[in-house]
Amino acid sequence: MLIRWRSPIRGPWLTSVLGLVLLCSLPVVIVTGLLDWVAYGAGQAIPADVGALHLPLLDWPTRPSWLFRLTQGLHVGLGIVLVPVVLAKLWSVIPRLFTALPRNPVKAAERATLLLLVGGILFEIVTGLLNIQYDYVFGFSFYAAHYTGAWVFTAGLVLHVALKLPTMVRGVRSRSFRDELRTPVSRTRPEPAADLVAPEPDPATISRRGALALVGGGALLLAGLTVGQTLDGPLRATALLLPRGRTLPGDFPVNRTFAASRIDPAAVGAGWQLDLGTLQLTREQLAALPQHTAALPIACVEGWSTQQSWAGVRLRDLATLAGVPAPHSALVTSVEEGPFAHATLTGAQVLDPDALLALRVNGADLTPDHGFPARVIVPALPGVHCTKWVRAIGFRA
Amino acid sequence: MTGLRAVGVLACLALGAYAATILVRDPTLHPSIPWMLVWFAGALLLHDLVLFTLYAAVDRALVRLPAVPVPLVNHVRVPLLGAGLTLLVFLPGIIRQGGPVHLGASGLDQAPYLARWLWLVLAMAGASALVWVVRVTRRSAAGG
Repeated sequence: MLIRWRSPIRGPWLTSVLGLVLLCSLPVVIVTGLLDWVAYGAGQAIPADVGALHLPLLDWPTRPSWLFRLTQGLHVGLGIVLVPVVLAKLWSVIPRLFTALPRNPVKAAERATLLLLVGGILFEIVTGLLNIQYDYVFGFSFYAAHYTGAWVFTAGLVLHVALKLPTMVRGVRSRSFRDELRTPVSRTRPEPAADLVAPEPDPATISRRGALALVGGGALLLAGLTVGQTLDGPLRATALLLPRGRTLPGDFPVNRTFAASRIDPAAVGAGWQLDLGTLQLTREQLAALPQHTAALPIACVEGWSTQQSWAGVRLRDLATLAGVPAPHSALVTSVEEGPFAHATLTGAQVLDPDALLALRVNGADLTPDHGFPARVIVPALPGVHCTKWVRAIGFRA
Repeated sequence: MTGLRAVGVLACLALGAYAATILVRDPTLHPSIPWMLVWFAGALLLHDLVLFTLYAAVDRALVRLPAVPVPLVNHVRVPLLGAGLTLLVFLPGIIRQGGPVHLGASGLDQAPYLARWLWLVLAMAGASALVWVVRVTRRSAAGG
C-alpha cells in the first residue's frame, strides 16, 4: 500500500453518521435553491431555459410575507453551516480515492459518478460562497453555473443515496451512538476490520464523540457567524465576516447603491414622473393619494434579509387609476438600465393589500440608495424584483 | 443486482448530461463553458490533492507537540481548524477580493474583515489555551 492511513476513527460508523446528517439536510438546501428559481417568476428566472429541470411552476405566493426570507435564508444559511460536515464526510472516505479503479465496468462507471457528486458539491459551495461575498473572480454567469451544478450534483447524490442507503443504515446501527458519547480518547479503538478502517492506525488522539463535536462545533461557529445577516437590531453585527453584518449608521442594507446604478440624478429629480401608460403622476400627486404602511421584509438571493416599515401607494390603487382594476400582470421599469431594470409582477402580487409603490420607509422619504423617488415592495417577492427608482408601471389586463 | 446498478449509473449520467444542456441552450453561455469545467475540476483537485494534503500534513505535525500530562494536540487542533474553516468560507472579504462589486452593492468597503478574522482566531486560540490551563490546574490539584 502506498499510503498508510493513520486515523483510528475512520470507519463505516463515522462515515454513516456524517452521511445521515447530510442526507437529512442537503435536500433542504437543494429544494430551497430550486424554489428560488420559481420565486423569480415565469420567464424571469436565470437561467431562462432549463428544460424540465425545475420545480413545478406556480405563481409565487405573497403570503406569508416572510416566505422568500425563509426559503432563501435557509438555502444560503444551511449551505454555509454544512461546509464542515461536507469536508468531514470527504475526509472520512478519502482513502477510497487512492484505491485502484474496479475492473468491473459497472463498478468503474459507478466510481466515475462520484466525480459528479463530489465535484458538484464542491463547485456549488465555492460558487455560492463567492457569490454571497460579491467576489466574481470566476468570471462566468453565477446563476447558470450554480443552477446547472446543482442538478449535476443532485444526479450524483440520488444515485449515491440509492446505492449506499443500506450501507449507511448498517453503518449507523453497527455501534451504539450512546456508547460512543461515553467513550473518551483513552478507550477509543478502531472499528472492526472493514472498508475505510485503517489496518495499522496510530493511537487515537481524538475520540469519535470528539470528532463529531469538532464537526458540530464548526457548523455552530459558521451558524453563529451567518444568522446575523437575517436578523434586525444589534444581533445583525454578529455576522462579523459577511457583507450583510454591517450597515451604515441608522440605515439598513441595500443590494445596489444609487452610485452603482449610474442613474443621472436629474432623471430622479424634480422632473421625475411615474408613467402608468394612460397617465403620468408626479411625486407630489403620488403623495396626495391614499397612503398605506406595511412592515415587509426585503430578502435577497444572497440570503440576507431585513424587515422595515414601508409607506406608499397600494399597487392595486395605481392599477385602478390606470384603468386596469384587475390586472393579469404588471411590468415595472426602473430608471436604471441593465439586467434587473425590469420586473414582471403577477396579478396576485399587484392586488395584495400590502403591495406598495413605496415613497417612504421608517417614517422618512426614501434615500437615493433605497430607490427615491419611488420603489416597489411586495410581500414575499425576491428583493431583486422589488424594483428601485421606478420609472413606469404597465398594468396588463 | 448488477443490472439494476447499471441502470442507476446510466440514469445518473443521463441526468448529469441533461443538466449540462442548460448551458448549451443559451448561446451566450457557450464561451464560458470551458471555464466552468475548469472550476468544476479545479474544485475537486484543490480539495482532494491540495487542501486534504495540507491539513493532513499540519495535523501530522501536531503529533510532534511536546508530550505533557494534559495532551496539547486538541488544544491546538481545535482553534487551528476554526481558523482554517473561517478563512476558507470568508476568504473573499478577508483578502479583499471583489471590492468594487462589494462597494457597489452595499456601499461599504471590505476593510474590517481581516482584523475581525484575526481577532476571532485570537479569541479561539485564547479560549482553547484557557481550557488547557484549567485542565492542567485541575489535574495537579487532584494529583497533589
